[in-house]
Amino acid sequence: MNAPLPLSVTNNRRLDRWVRFDPDRRVHLAVGKVEIGQGVLTALSQIAAEELDVGLDRISILAGDTEAAPDEGSTSSSQSIEMSGASVRLIMAEVRARVLDRLARRLNCSPGDLRVEDGEFLRGDARTGFDYWNFANAEDLAHEAEGNATPKPYSAYRVVGQSVPRVDLPAKLSGAGFIHDIVRPDMLHARILRQPGRLARLTALDEAGLRRAAGGDYRIVRIGDFVAFAGADETAVQRAAAAAPSHAAWEHARGFTAAQGEAGWLVGRAGAIERIVGDPPTPPDAPVVVEATYSRPYVAHAAIAPSCALAEYRDGHLSVWSHTQGVYPLRAALAEVMGLDKANITVRHAHGAGCYGHNGADDAALDAALIAREIPGHCIRVQWMREEEFAYEPFSTAQSVRLRVAVDTAGRPADWMAEIWAGPHVGRTTFGGTMLAADALPGPKPQTRPFDPPETAGGGGTRNAVPLYDIPAKRVLHHLVTDCPVRTSSLRGLGALPNVFAMECMIDELAARAGQDPVAYRLSILSEPRARRVIERVARLSGWTALGPAGTGHGRGIAFSRYKNRAAYAAVVVELDVDQEVRLRHVWCVADAGLVINPDGARNQVEGGILHAASMTLKEQVVLGPDGIGTLGWDSYPILRFSEVPDVTVELIHAPELPSLGMGECSFGPTAAAIGNAVAHALGTRIRDMPLSRDRIMTALLRN
Amino acid sequence: MIAFEVNGQAVQVSAAADVPLLDVLRNELGLKGPRYGCGLEQCGTCMVLLDGEPAYACSREVGSVAGRRVSTVESLRDHVLVRAFLEEQAGQCGYCLSGILISAKALLDRNPTPSRADIVAALDKHLCRCGTHHRILRAVARAAEMLAGAAA
Repeated sequence: MNAPLPLSVTNNRRLDRWVRFDPDRRVHLAVGKVEIGQGVLTALSQIAAEELDVGLDRISILAGDTEAAPDEGSTSSSQSIEMSGASVRLIMAEVRARVLDRLARRLNCSPGDLRVEDGEFLRGDARTGFDYWNFANAEDLAHEAEGNATPKPYSAYRVVGQSVPRVDLPAKLSGAGFIHDIVRPDMLHARILRQPGRLARLTALDEAGLRRAAGGDYRIVRIGDFVAFAGADETAVQRAAAAAPSHAAWEHARGFTAAQGEAGWLVGRAGAIERIVGDPPTPPDAPVVVEATYSRPYVAHAAIAPSCALAEYRDGHLSVWSHTQGVYPLRAALAEVMGLDKANITVRHAHGAGCYGHNGADDAALDAALIAREIPGHCIRVQWMREEEFAYEPFSTAQSVRLRVAVDTAGRPADWMAEIWAGPHVGRTTFGGTMLAADALPGPKPQTRPFDPPETAGGGGTRNAVPLYDIPAKRVLHHLVTDCPVRTSSLRGLGALPNVFAMECMIDELAARAGQDPVAYRLSILSEPRARRVIERVARLSGWTALGPAGTGHGRGIAFSRYKNRAAYAAVVVELDVDQEVRLRHVWCVADAGLVINPDGARNQVEGGILHAASMTLKEQVVLGPDGIGTLGWDSYPILRFSEVPDVTVELIHAPELPSLGMGECSFGPTAAAIGNAVAHALGTRIRDMPLSRDRIMTALLRN
Repeated sequence: MIAFEVNGQAVQVSAAADVPLLDVLRNELGLKGPRYGCGLEQCGTCMVLLDGEPAYACSREVGSVAGRRVSTVESLRDHVLVRAFLEEQAGQCGYCLSGILISAKALLDRNPTPSRADIVAALDKHLCRCGTHHRILRAVARAAEMLAGAAA
């Protein structure tokens, strides 16, 4: 019996949806997952080259196109290699088998007598004169995948498992390669006068005054409370947008209290939706209960490039270019908001800056589409401003995690309870969220539907909240807060970072109570062999020895998690110094992702996750205030700089015999927690609320 | 018309003197390497060389570069820096890289044998969000080694 087909294959059965042999001896591969800085296109090309037996340089890949590439939903949750990779492998194996079967019939031999060398078909060692390009035809590919071809065994791999250079990097090093760089005929630049909050109403726009203040040739597009400036001269359009707020009057503009920006504000909110995961509550008979509450504030994706999108409306057809994570979900959202038929919309992916989740990309696409419909026949290029991205991207929700652990007489956790308060971790339109400009359009406000990913998808607020440790009873009570003051959506790992931070800090607290070394304590309550292996390996890699006394200003910490409890394993050790602020010295990480397609690419992702998590843990917090979002620039929302990065050593477990596990997010949570533990060791007191900033350290030192 | 030199070529542009250099480079001259990131000299994605020194193109008016030499990342296509960045695979999304290459070029011109601390100091005005910092530091060091090897 066959294993169930990957979802991407089930949703895109036709082989020719995925692959085509082009006359120039190239293989055209089409996929639905997109490049967001993670190198996925290179890895998927490797898998295709491997199964077809063609050189990697023959693969040209098209990713994210509602006309010409399969629908694989969103590029998220570290699923691209697990899902798209498995699909490409299966499809290419089937294409190869199908073509070789037909050739074997033609040559009156067995398919087993044939082999493929860089796309050429050989019988034994003799050339047959046939290859993919002169033999495979449209008929071979005009079939639905049956999913019964056998992919190569890993022992036969020649391309997969090798470090190969990223296919997209050369262009990006020579001044091109991004959506921001696309130039189209009849292009008009556009900027938006943003509605200051979803309830805000524009009561007056002094267009004459604005034109006196910011001259130049531009059109003012107004649809309800949506106002945009469009013209051929980007500088003029930019000046109009910069001057516009002081010529506009709004009522019901948003404002916040500072307290609304803290994770603590979420705790106890009325109307929250409850979800219980894990074992039923049992009254623990353990004598000791340890309790602590940990938190992370709202944080921003803060992509280095503000969002950008292009749209054209010609002859009733809307074409959109976007750095969205999913062209098909974006097409559906545009169709719904704009009242268009999906068949009349094409969405194509173009590269943006690393997004790490759902940022302003899709919203910028709607902006461009709305303007394009008002100015048909032109290509509208919307470029968000830095402060616009910081103010209007969907943030990652704040999250409070209260842990209550009953401990047995040996000091081991006997009953584990996590109580989580968080807003939605996913706010895509396909999951009940809204698009920014939709709020400004005439008519009733779009309804939002509170949503958080189900456990079958790894959960959102509950992601990684259930410990992998051997604990007799463990459960999670999740409160999905439905009235967050700001729009929230997915950011790298969703709830995994706050949950792993809480859990792994608590494990250290329990180890300290038990008078045990953090590594030894973890291993004493963890039987899963792959989990143990990454912990043991990172301890060895980092030269872990018994922790010295706490409070010396020098600290070491360890943490572990398996992302989503089902993707890649990672264990992290951090060494740091603390005086008034944290100075990271060295981070070691060992990760087990099973079969790794492109080891250097994978290492790059693990390293990036470490530094991203370090930045978030030490520095990042979106601040709310009476005038809206208070963190509108890199000065008020600082991130880790070159002078602050530690040395990083990453080791990947070699396990090509095991299925690939998504690993783009695996180092994220453990890094945050290892920093938390190292800071506690350095200070001799624990800080449980992120970010572990200078202010928090000074407060902790005074408390000591 | 404002006359200056870009990547070794004399150019004349019709933009008003107060237009940001970044807009002129990207839109009038079609040089997309310098990138918009913040417009406030806070991130470094727009960095160009002005008479050999790194300068933010986002906030500089084009009138101020009249008669001067501007270089963008497009002028570095055959430079060892690009080769070193490819060899180290020093990039994830890559958006920050054109500005970083520019500052690295200025550093190597000034100091062909930089220490790690020198490289960090030269790049600290640049932000990288993907966490590719070490690879970038290694790539600049490797480029310096390549230059030293070529000179030896």
